[in-house]
Amino acid sequence: MADSHASTPLAHQFEDLEQQHEAASLGMWIFLATEVMFFGGLFAGYTIYRNLYMPGFDVGSHLLNVTIGAVNTAVLICSSLTMALGVRAAQLGKRHALLTFLILTMALGLAFILIKLALEWRHDYLEGFAPGLNFTFAGPNAKSVELFFCFYFAMTGVHALHMVVGMGVLSVLLVLAWKGHFGPERYNAVETAGLYWHFVDIVWIFLFPLLYLIGGRY
Amino acid sequence: MATAAVGPETRVHYLNVDYGIKSWLLTTDHKRIAVLYLVSITLFFFVGGAAAALMRLNLIEPNGALVEPATYNKLFSIHGIIMVFFFMIPSIPAVLGNFLVPMMIGARDLAFPRLNLLSWYIFMAGGALCMYAVIAGGVDTGWTFYTPLSTTYLNSNVMSAALGVFVAGFSSILTGLNFVVTIHKMRAPGMTWFRMPLFLWAMYATSIIQILGTPVLAITLALVGLERLFHVGIFDPAVGGDPILFQHLFWFYSHPAVYIMILPSMGVISELVTCFAKKRIFGYSFVAFSSVAIAAISFLVWGHHMFVSGQSIYAGIIFSALSFAVAIPSAIKVFNWTATLYKGSISYQAPMLYALGFIGLFTMGGLTGLFLATLAVDTHVHDTYFVVGHFHYIMVGGAVMGYLGGIHYWWPKITGRLYPDGWARLAAAIIFIGFNLTFFPQYMLGYLGMPRRYAVYPPEFQVLNVMSSAGASILGVGYLIPLVYMLWSLRYGPVAGPNPWGAKGLEWLTPSPPPTENFEKTPVVTEEAYAYGAKEGAVG
Repeated sequence: MADSHASTPLAHQFEDLEQQHEAASLGMWIFLATEVMFFGGLFAGYTIYRNLYMPGFDVGSHLLNVTIGAVNTAVLICSSLTMALGVRAAQLGKRHALLTFLILTMALGLAFILIKLALEWRHDYLEGFAPGLNFTFAGPNAKSVELFFCFYFAMTGVHALHMVVGMGVLSVLLVLAWKGHFGPERYNAVETAGLYWHFVDIVWIFLFPLLYLIGGRY
Repeated sequence: MATAAVGPETRVHYLNVDYGIKSWLLTTDHKRIAVLYLVSITLFFFVGGAAAALMRLNLIEPNGALVEPATYNKLFSIHGIIMVFFFMIPSIPAVLGNFLVPMMIGARDLAFPRLNLLSWYIFMAGGALCMYAVIAGGVDTGWTFYTPLSTTYLNSNVMSAALGVFVAGFSSILTGLNFVVTIHKMRAPGMTWFRMPLFLWAMYATSIIQILGTPVLAITLALVGLERLFHVGIFDPAVGGDPILFQHLFWFYSHPAVYIMILPSMGVISELVTCFAKKRIFGYSFVAFSSVAIAAISFLVWGHHMFVSGQSIYAGIIFSALSFAVAIPSAIKVFNWTATLYKGSISYQAPMLYALGFIGLFTMGGLTGLFLATLAVDTHVHDTYFVVGHFHYIMVGGAVMGYLGGIHYWWPKITGRLYPDGWARLAAAIIFIGFNLTFFPQYMLGYLGMPRRYAVYPPEFQVLNVMSSAGASILGVGYLIPLVYMLWSLRYGPVAGPNPWGAKGLEWLTPSPPPTENFEKTPVVTEEAYAYGAKEGAVG
């Protein structure tokens, strides 16, 4: 992705397009490995505390809105589909289809973020579930419920931040696609951005059951 | 030396291809970025060194000769943060690795040149944040940022320092990513994995640790920041959080980080020992795989920092055993270097003196590491100067000696000039003597029970402390001498020629300093690494 702006598809340090393509792809996979470790720290902490404070975490989980979480899960899965179709369109050099799918992906991503912000976080804040700001929940396991909400906001917050970064990347791709930058010889940027998008999607696929469903109301 | 007639000034190379500050700040040439890192980390080294000098001055007298205890806390924190995150970790990878990884595999540049430049800017941004923390009044968490001290109790500039380390971590990640992709995908024809110089195996193993370890530090520091800002309490016992979890997450990165610092030096030593013994490396594949083994095991030993932190005794036993295991690949390297020297035609030029110093000092640091990995002994010496002595033997006696040896070895390649070898040997000897005088007494102090990180101590420890401080002043002189003659050599040093040491390896086949594209045409590799004694160009 680093050299997608070069005037010829092949950057000077590479011997051929295949080498360049393999390097870009491997680079993104390695970056995703760092992301796995980054989220891994959060997931490890969550797992430990969930085992230590199971009742409080169950209570916290019940306070979340499963319907909104499920809708957002569906929205993200759809966005992964449109992203994958966008990558295919770039490989085939279909500029119009690529533009359509990029816009669709961004619209779905935006929908996810808006639902998260305007419906969920706002609601949680108004209910007094925000640790450090206005946490007012009272009950037998109030401390562990607060800890649950620490993780809820930290994990969904970091995830949402990754969505925002992804939106930024997609908007750059959109401008480049508009200019007819991509084609069968040059689609590395779309493909690697797609990998990133799918990864952020998969993180949510793990977050949703861990945070929303684990309280025993399947 | 036929090419010596054509001086570096008359030929276009990476240094004179363009002039002006813009040509440096916007460069994507891995060699120029290496030079940017070299200048930056040298500055950080002297900042961190100045903090150490003030600490050693203070410890001349039992009640503290110079500063208030609170200031002393800030000095050792600044020393640790700067030296670990802004000198040791980027030292060999970002300077020598950047310069050499593409050259050693016969490539024109790293796989992602612009990402490489971005790494330097991220590094400098992190450094600026940390320097801001220093100027705005300092930070007194120690380099470890332990909670709840860092989250609840301290009012110093913890946020900017932690943010600086967080930001600089991404530079480390991206550099590692760049190296792994480059080594996988951009090797010249004939450069198989087992023909690669061992420096590259070490860089590869280091990169793996940077890629997989650093993100964990990032999320840990992010949580510390969240806890300070919003009091969310993931590590705060008041909310049910656990400070030990912080220690687990912190050392999950920071123990492997020790190998980020030492593995590259081990790679350098393999190059130096073979070149100055004019011999093939003894047991190439053992040295290569020991780097990978160290990287793998390094992720499984973090608990040995927490033997007395309230970790379960069974975890302690397992971490103790695994810590012993990591000594095995380290020892394999030391034995193989020694076996390489056997019956070699050894010449004692400056880089070789550093290499020999490394082998001895690293061995001492490694062996005392086994003391610390032993549960019962660790209970006695935990958090004493014994630990300080141990990790300085590894980090300074090992990693810095390797770094200086590497800088001396590749200096003619980087600059096209030779430094005065007599001065360089003198400096190596002064550093060796000063180092041992500084840190050997610290082993004794620690064994006698002097805790680390205290500004004052009982009077019976004064003799050893004065010895250590005297050694530090000698060490300081030893570090200043190379700075002077290296700068001198830039203008007045004799022209080096492409291969002043008669060394093997692709980087010595191209002129010094190399052209921007490194090689006139992509080289084809026909022999194994370190084919000393083989005829020129013989098929290996």
